[in-house]
Amino acid sequence: MGGMVEKRGVSYWLIHAGLILGVAIIFFPIWLAFVASTVDQQDIIRPPMPLLPGDQFLENYGRALTSGVNAPVARMLLNSSVMALGIAFGKIVISLLSAFAIVYFRFPGRRLFFWLIFLTLMLPVEVRIVPTYEVAANFGMLNSYSGLILPLIASATATFLFRQFFMTVPDELAEAARVDGARPMRFFFDILVPMSRTNIAALFVILFIYGWNQYLWPLLITTDPQMNTIVMGIKQMFPSGDDLADWPVIMATSLLAMIPPVVVVILMQNLFVRGLMESEK
Amino acid sequence: MAAITLDSVHKSFGRTEVIHGVSIDIQDGEFIVIVGPSGCGKSTLLRMVAGLETVTRGEVRIDGVCVNDEEPMDRDIAMVFQNYALYPHMSVFDNMAYGLKIARVPKSEIQRRVNVAAEMLQLEALLERRPRELSGGQRQRVAMGRAIVRKPKVFLFDEPLSNLDAKLRVQMRLEIRDLQKELGVTSLYVTHDQVEAMTLADRMVVMNKGIADQKGAPLEVYSDPRTAFVAGFIGSPATNFLPVEAATNPRHDASLLGVRPEHAITCTPSEGRIQGRLIYAEALGAETLLHVKLADGILFTVRQAGTDPIPSEGAECGIIWDQRHQLMFRADGIRCEE
Ligand SMILES: Nc1ncnc2c1ncn2[C@@H]1O[C@H](COP(=O)(O)OP(=O)(O)O)[C@@H](O)[C@H]1O
Ligand SMILES: [Mg+2]
Repeated sequence: MGGMVEKRGVSYWLIHAGLILGVAIIFFPIWLAFVASTVDQQDIIRPPMPLLPGDQFLENYGRALTSGVNAPVARMLLNSSVMALGIAFGKIVISLLSAFAIVYFRFPGRRLFFWLIFLTLMLPVEVRIVPTYEVAANFGMLNSYSGLILPLIASATATFLFRQFFMTVPDELAEAARVDGARPMRFFFDILVPMSRTNIAALFVILFIYGWNQYLWPLLITTDPQMNTIVMGIKQMFPSGDDLADWPVIMATSLLAMIPPVVVVILMQNLFVRGLMESEK
Repeated sequence: MAAITLDSVHKSFGRTEVIHGVSIDIQDGEFIVIVGPSGCGKSTLLRMVAGLETVTRGEVRIDGVCVNDEEPMDRDIAMVFQNYALYPHMSVFDNMAYGLKIARVPKSEIQRRVNVAAEMLQLEALLERRPRELSGGQRQRVAMGRAIVRKPKVFLFDEPLSNLDAKLRVQMRLEIRDLQKELGVTSLYVTHDQVEAMTLADRMVVMNKGIADQKGAPLEVYSDPRTAFVAGFIGSPATNFLPVEAATNPRHDASLLGVRPEHAITCTPSEGRIQGRLIYAEALGAETLLHVKLADGILFTVRQAGTDPIPSEGAECGIIWDQRHQLMFRADGIRCEE
């Protein structure tokens, strides 16, 4: 008995030691970035690189948020948030509606439309970037939120996902709603959307991060530093030529750029898990 | 409350016709059960009355008004589905109230009606629960409650009890029967279970491959089946069928003889109209079922009272019946005219 407990104890500690070590290894670069964002330029350039935080935290972060290198980081965070939220909400709304149309309505060309949507799955942003840029430019959407958001909303992944989910919803549910007097859109909002909330939460997380991490498209569509997003903004901070890189500010910016996705994951994770448990039979 | 008329209703899916002209007249307040084997078109028929399927040919009339082109919600019907089709994310209360909310019934009235229905169905304590937190029988009751609160002209049931265990099924059967009598709402009930049909129906409609073989009161259908199919389908154990040569005074146009198990008795081989070997005796207590294998391989069931002596298994025996109970059918399955 005692032996067994002890044995379990050893493996317990070993496993945890291993896990802690793994976390430490993965976390180390982030720690270094954090340290670099709290010291001044001189400390970074002169080896050895410090491993403990310095006293410039407020100074560096304040400088990053209010002035940055090209544009204030606060502004870039706002731009990124608008873009990521716009893409996430836009995609979810569009794909819920199109999946609803494809699954619940019989109209001429239904299969054709489904396959057209499905086909766009094979065309990621990068492949269609030149024509998309042309269209966006002709619509006068350069340096605007609509230019950042709209072209990225059109994609099929989410539509496909909701289609698969809707097909698992029993037909009788739609029929019961019909007998209860619900017109199609009423059924959509009262029954289908609430039933999809787990999927919506999961998709929101994925799409928010997808939108947040966009690099190439914002780089093309925005020239005004005031419209830069943070992910591309970090790259823009690297100086060209012989200028010195302002490492503490760049590192502060990098850390700030990580916060919103982490917050979204943590917040939605709760909702997501709760949703999963609720829909459990 | 309403009278329903099906006037030679046809239904085709693509090229295949599955309902070949069914006509039924349902009186106000009547409980009609449509019974038949799986795939005979019962659900399709019911769904045409509900408005969930279009009518290919013929007319469905409610209170004399043709409703072929009306949406389900405009027909003033309520339907109970086989899998209950409760809205999984709504509480029991909201499930029952949903139709009323859509109809913009005032809140206080919704509250009142749901409470009345919940009391009738013993659901008061469960109103805040979600469907997944209920047992099968409770879900069934919620589905019934959802139909009741609407105060529709017509109730439609599609095999509402087939997902319940046997004991609950008997209990819910009685409850549905009482409820319908109490509310007096015209009801159309679909089942493949002939016992359910016999116990629930004011009149029943026996369906066979898209045709209504016979309509009538349960006992009338039982004792006077119009076709061989009805004779074989209604009644348990099923009617025994023999070549017509076994009959006393066979009619000239008959080709098939039907004898119900309770109308036959065993006797000594020499006295019997037919002979066979008793292969198995099922003693069920109140009654005993004797399975006799006839010389030509046909299995014949005799039903006798549990108190009657049981011949030993393996024994040769004869079977006789009263000429009055002979059911004779033509080659096309239609009963010979008396
Ligand atoms: N939507 C449909 N499309 C094609 N055939 C169907 C459809 N619904 C039912 N059927 C066919 O119609 C016949 C009757 O079906 P149904 O009314 O469901 O039978 P029951 O309810 O008596 O078991 C079956 O042969 C079935 O395959
Ligand atoms: Mg059916």
